[in-house]
Amino acid sequence: MARGHHDIGGLPGASEIDRADHELSDWEILADAVNQALGARGIKRTDEMRRAREEMDSEAYRTMAYYERWIASIETILIEKKILTKDEIDRRLAEFEKEWGEP
Amino acid sequence: MKVKFEDRPGHIRTPWYIRGKTGWVERIYGDFLNPESLAFGRDGLPKKTLYLVAFYQSDVWEKPQAPKDKVLVDIYEHWLDPAA
Repeated sequence: MARGHHDIGGLPGASEIDRADHELSDWEILADAVNQALGARGIKRTDEMRRAREEMDSEAYRTMAYYERWIASIETILIEKKILTKDEIDRRLAEFEKEWGEP
Repeated sequence: MKVKFEDRPGHIRTPWYIRGKTGWVERIYGDFLNPESLAFGRDGLPKKTLYLVAFYQSDVWEKPQAPKDKVLVDIYEHWLDPAA
């Protein structure tokens, strides 16, 4: 039996939650907007997104920031539903990196 | 009620720390689409009854900070069995 990498309630050794407000970056706001737009179009549901994050590689899950996980799960669902291909996303990403530099 | 102690694949809303614990129904929220089905793009039917289940802290944690306080968890009917 194994608990999921997201299911950490009650685990000892957890660090304290940082409750301080912090500004969202533009890319985080954009991630949220894309997520909401896909929901409004009926393309994905919250439970699908959660499942995609829970199925991620555990090491990747632990090292990603909150909205990075959101973006990864959006990608997973869009590929799963054949709306985009991994190739299309990677190609577009390469274009962006060429124009803007690597993140 | 006793929470099932199971390790199922897929999207599970019942947190790990509460599986296998015994508590009581505090409130019935109503019937909702099953998230375990929705998580795979299916229709979520049949709907499942969602309960607010209460547990004594002392029944959940080894060293409870406030043993008489309750832990409240939302749990779907198919994760609950009658307490022995």
